[in-house]
Amino acid sequence: MDILVVIEDNNGKIHRMGLESISAAQSIAKNKDLSIGVLVMGANADELSNEASQYDIDEVLKLKNDILSSYSSDGYAEGIKQVIDQENPKYVLFGHTYQVRDYVPKISAKLMKPFLVDNLSMNSDGEKFIFTKQMFNAKLYSDMVAMGDGPLLISFQSAAFSADNVESGSASIRDISVTIDSSMVKTESDQPFQEEAGGMDLTAAEIIVSVGRGIGKEENIPMAQDLAKAIGGELASSRPVVDSGWLSAPHQIGSSGQSVSPQMYLALGISGAIQHVVGMKGSKNIVAINKDPEAPIFEIADYGVVGDVLDIMPKLSEALKEN
Amino acid sequence: MKIAVLIKQVPGSDSSLPIQSDQSWINEESITYVMNESDNYALEEALQLREKNDDGEVVVISLGPDRVQKVIREGLAKGADRGIHIQVDSVGVVDPLVTASSIANAIKEENFDLIFSGLQSDDLGMGQTGIILGEILGMSTASLVMATELSEGRIKVKRELEAGFFQWVTMTLPSSVTIQSGLNTPRYPSLKGIMGAKKKEINILTPEGSDPKQSMSKVYIPQSDKKTVMIDGSVDEIVDKLIETFRNDIKVI
Repeated sequence: MDILVVIEDNNGKIHRMGLESISAAQSIAKNKDLSIGVLVMGANADELSNEASQYDIDEVLKLKNDILSSYSSDGYAEGIKQVIDQENPKYVLFGHTYQVRDYVPKISAKLMKPFLVDNLSMNSDGEKFIFTKQMFNAKLYSDMVAMGDGPLLISFQSAAFSADNVESGSASIRDISVTIDSSMVKTESDQPFQEEAGGMDLTAAEIIVSVGRGIGKEENIPMAQDLAKAIGGELASSRPVVDSGWLSAPHQIGSSGQSVSPQMYLALGISGAIQHVVGMKGSKNIVAINKDPEAPIFEIADYGVVGDVLDIMPKLSEALKEN
Repeated sequence: MKIAVLIKQVPGSDSSLPIQSDQSWINEESITYVMNESDNYALEEALQLREKNDDGEVVVISLGPDRVQKVIREGLAKGADRGIHIQVDSVGVVDPLVTASSIANAIKEENFDLIFSGLQSDDLGMGQTGIILGEILGMSTASLVMATELSEGRIKVKRELEAGFFQWVTMTLPSSVTIQSGLNTPRYPSLKGIMGAKKKEINILTPEGSDPKQSMSKVYIPQSDKKTVMIDGSVDEIVDKLIETFRNDIKVI
């Protein structure tokens, strides 16, 4: 097998970023005559393998093992390392999820093979693949290349490939096995939980006024609250504002907060780091105000203002109230 | 309790990032450097653990050229006991396997109980060094940690999952933990701390690392294919144009 796609379980269904990884594999395999295997594991391996077998891939590898029935970084790293040893793929693809960030570096260390992370694209230049990723909070891009032989461990940023483009087909399912000693697992995990249940649901908001580090200090938050009220929207924020304690965690938009797609997203003093952007790039209209003309938020904004939010916010609130 | 904290020196978020003419890297001379944000939280967590347990040693470790001694001194000024500078040419090291194996070779005799690091660097953003280092040294590992508790030879950490979920994970020591920003309030160095830091030891080491398995071929400014309508003018003009846009184009008022 040439390409091994490792998909993540989302309560018995393939995680959206797993579908995106299958889409990535299909795109890479095209014109190159590469074979694709999809690895499913865990307690829901049966459901996941049935779902995966309906896509245009060569085969589904179904791995059932007591140690792998629930997630542990040690178990997953060892299990997948053994699958890689058995199947010898050239490329191993993952979605760049929080779970992948937790255990794939361990596989990289076990195999001493590179983990090319968080890629936007993987393009051949005729001889080798070029992996493009963001650096410096998306201000710059870099092209990375692997050195030496594979297998290469590769993860893709959310939405780098579209799950809607996955081609359907019919694949066989093959049971595989690994041997993991329970003493290898050095962690014990409790059940996942949500904090501040019943907090704000920003997903239904039509207008979101979101503030970032550019708001400067906690004393300026009422200015943004005033603007949100004047325009009839909900107040939200990027991570640094929550980290600083200026707004509570349920306000946070992004990979560790909520994902929203309102009619209008007004980004005030938000630089546009990818962790934030993944939570709001589906917005119908993005209006960004930022002092820094180089801020990556302008890359995705429909309307942009280079200016100080502290000057613009109060006057904008005033004008909205008059209207 | 011996705690190592991995600290990276990175360009500040307000620093300009001029690209070298051969596009191999940024021009380091015109950059203002700071301590990587999540590493600062990792350091604070280590200092608080030492204070809570009223015992132990916190060692700050940074890999890079001589300029990184500035962030080591900053860590010492905040209260770390000593520093280790792993001296390498800055530009060469982009591969986390090289970084982690160099650090592993430098510190394997130290037998740290805990290694704390930020979950990722604000420059390259590979997000792997702490986990790879833990794996090489045979430690338990956890990433994206939002709280830590020590008890009886084990560490319990609160891991951040996706979409607002968390999970408590208990691990045997020794352990390498990558810290998420926001879990504490990093202290500023006191004047006494700054004075005291000058007398603290920084050990300079030049260990071997593994051969690189990935490299950077090109750095560049991203080209956007999205057309952004830029609104400019005086503040009053901008406000008028925004109101017009809200009403006529976006239709939200």
